[in-house]
Amino acid sequence: MSKILIRGAKVLGGEPQEVLIDGETIARVGTGIDAGDASVVEAGGKILLPGLVDLHTHLREPGREDSETVLTGTRAAASGGYTAVFAMANTFPVADTAGVVEQVYRLGQEHGYCDVQPIGAVTVGLEGKKLAELGAMHESAAGVTVFSDDGKCVDDAVIMRRALEYVKAFGGVVAQHAQEPRLTEGAQMNEGIVSAELGLGGWPAVAEESIIARDVLLAEHVGSRVHICHLSTAGSVEIVRWAKSRGIDVTAEVTPHHLLLTDEMVRTYNPVYKVNPPLRTERDVMALREALADGTIDIVATDHAPHPHEDKDCEWAAAAMGMVGLETALSVVQQTMVETGLLTWADVADRMSFAPARIGRAQGHGRPVSAGEPANLTLVDSAYRGEVDPAGFASRSRNTPYEGRELPGRVTHTFLRGRATLVDGKLA
Amino acid sequence: MKRHLISAADLTRDDAVLILDTAEEMARVADRPIKKLPTLRGRTVCNLFFEDSTRTRISFEAAEKRLSADVINFAAKGSSVSKGESLKDTAQTLEAMGVDAVVIRHGASGAPYRLANSGWIDAPVINAGDGTHQHPTQALLDAFTMRRRLIGPDAGLGQDLAGRRITLVGDVLHSRVARSNVDLLHTLGAEVTLVAPPTLVPVGVETWPCEVSYDLDSVLPKSDAVMMLRVQRERMNAAFFPTEREYSRRYGLDGERMARMPEHALVMHPGPMVRGMEITAEVADSDRCTVIEQVANGVSVRMAVLYLLLGGNEPAVAHPSPAATRTTRSAPAS
Repeated sequence: MSKILIRGAKVLGGEPQEVLIDGETIARVGTGIDAGDASVVEAGGKILLPGLVDLHTHLREPGREDSETVLTGTRAAASGGYTAVFAMANTFPVADTAGVVEQVYRLGQEHGYCDVQPIGAVTVGLEGKKLAELGAMHESAAGVTVFSDDGKCVDDAVIMRRALEYVKAFGGVVAQHAQEPRLTEGAQMNEGIVSAELGLGGWPAVAEESIIARDVLLAEHVGSRVHICHLSTAGSVEIVRWAKSRGIDVTAEVTPHHLLLTDEMVRTYNPVYKVNPPLRTERDVMALREALADGTIDIVATDHAPHPHEDKDCEWAAAAMGMVGLETALSVVQQTMVETGLLTWADVADRMSFAPARIGRAQGHGRPVSAGEPANLTLVDSAYRGEVDPAGFASRSRNTPYEGRELPGRVTHTFLRGRATLVDGKLA
Repeated sequence: MKRHLISAADLTRDDAVLILDTAEEMARVADRPIKKLPTLRGRTVCNLFFEDSTRTRISFEAAEKRLSADVINFAAKGSSVSKGESLKDTAQTLEAMGVDAVVIRHGASGAPYRLANSGWIDAPVINAGDGTHQHPTQALLDAFTMRRRLIGPDAGLGQDLAGRRITLVGDVLHSRVARSNVDLLHTLGAEVTLVAPPTLVPVGVETWPCEVSYDLDSVLPKSDAVMMLRVQRERMNAAFFPTEREYSRRYGLDGERMARMPEHALVMHPGPMVRGMEITAEVADSDRCTVIEQVANGVSVRMAVLYLLLGGNEPAVAHPSPAATRTTRSAPAS
């Protein structure tokens, strides 16, 4: 494999340096490195980050290939600067056996745009009744370490306790979709002022917070680690903060859209804003940003949820929940966290690469940008300004809430183990 | 007023008064031997009902026919039409057939808004009730009934409901009638109080332009009109209240309670009534109860809305200057 010299890039937002890639690894990082026979990427002024890692992606394959496939989803990931994604288990069939997770893993390797780390279901068929074969999934070629019934909450306290205990044997983590099911029957949006006016069924904050409170206590009791998916309320932040102060092994994620959008958008009745958990209030958004800045929330995860046009071009109640996010995540984080002064680019590298890789135990990802490390890298033109145009998305689905909205920053290059998957904003 | 009627909140005070005044003129048509105007001759109105509602559909149909419109009734309930894409497809099919206006009833909040604002069709959309969101013509007919009773048909012309105290009782949480009435009555200057058990008041109600009370007895003596909302029996199973009897004891309207209301105060109900639970037969059948009038007034109000949205080249409601108002109001009667 050939050599590549990235010249003049601000590594993690620091001073401009040269980064020499030789084969699959970073050979040197420093100044005044001679290009020699390497091809040169002029990166003057751009930000160089470790390849981004998404702990929460829906690739839809197998089963809903009309929404997304491993190929289209990983192309979207590469476009957004990701070198590894964790694929959620709510496919058809559900990823609750070694066979299904190996299939998804293998498709990721074959397509080669980004590593796909399957997430295994906690319970058979996501039904919340019976533990799936967690150990078999871990021992499979996919090496599953993260387990989640995402889309559904593991609401039975005993099942949740057992899952937390069981995965300790192989260092796994249970990622909880915190949603008390009875409190959210018929829920269509955040319960509050806007839902009262619009007459849409309310999804109260307490339905999320009560499950998080229960699960951190369970994790403490059995000495396990628990991860909270897409945390969305100010109250959830308080509970996680308390749990961490108590020494409980909990980690949490926030999505880009919960850092930017509020339930006021639902006044349009446009289902592009329909997502689970729902968009919350301005107060929640501000609390989430602060929590991501102070480390209470560990990571940004996209909850990339592709849906075909017909599932969104309808009335609100009939629409599917979710929005795509891989290709806009970094821009939203730049706008909400970097340009507000809440995070440095080094912090962004932590929240979007180092920490998610650590939580998911992703081998070879979320590593420092230094000699000897795998050359998983992302180059960002942070000075770029432009309107989001879904027509240019690599994702098969276009259900983005940002169409026509100006967002800063653009990923220009992505390198997966030394091979460019994105060059000048175009997929390789 | 916008081109569509989606929410009572879309109406300004002048829009609403114009509709009520126009409805008075329409009401006079009902007293004629031939109850028909040529106003919408050659125009086609579709009643697109995704949810059963015989009363509302018949009311709209009567209004449309009295204005000489051609009427298409589309009942989607029970057919395979239940998903979102079908709303879009159905609407586009109807428009391709030359429908000039769509009256839509839908179980999903926001469906009429989507229909009007998604570029699926161009025809004006009238919301005939959507989920637990809005039912603006119901609020208009309620306001019309109140104005007639509290001020008078002729004396009320040009008037709003400033200072009148209106109480709505019952299942506010699930009620599009409550939402529409709070918006419209506030716009018309009335003071609105909602009375319900706390379980049937939406979280977030504090921003609504009204008062909220859990105690019916303290509110009754101060009410010019008391509107009872329908309470579905299945709410009991969802633990919104313990039993029908308990609900009835605390929030039902019986003769004893009615006696505590001022002499002139009226009792209203959007129907259908659950006798014995929300309202006793004694109250429902009393002279104060306006349920039957509300039904009759519904036709007049819907005629007014259809006329104002479709009747002239000038969208009369959008530009309620005095001259324009007079012209458009007298047009249908001439």
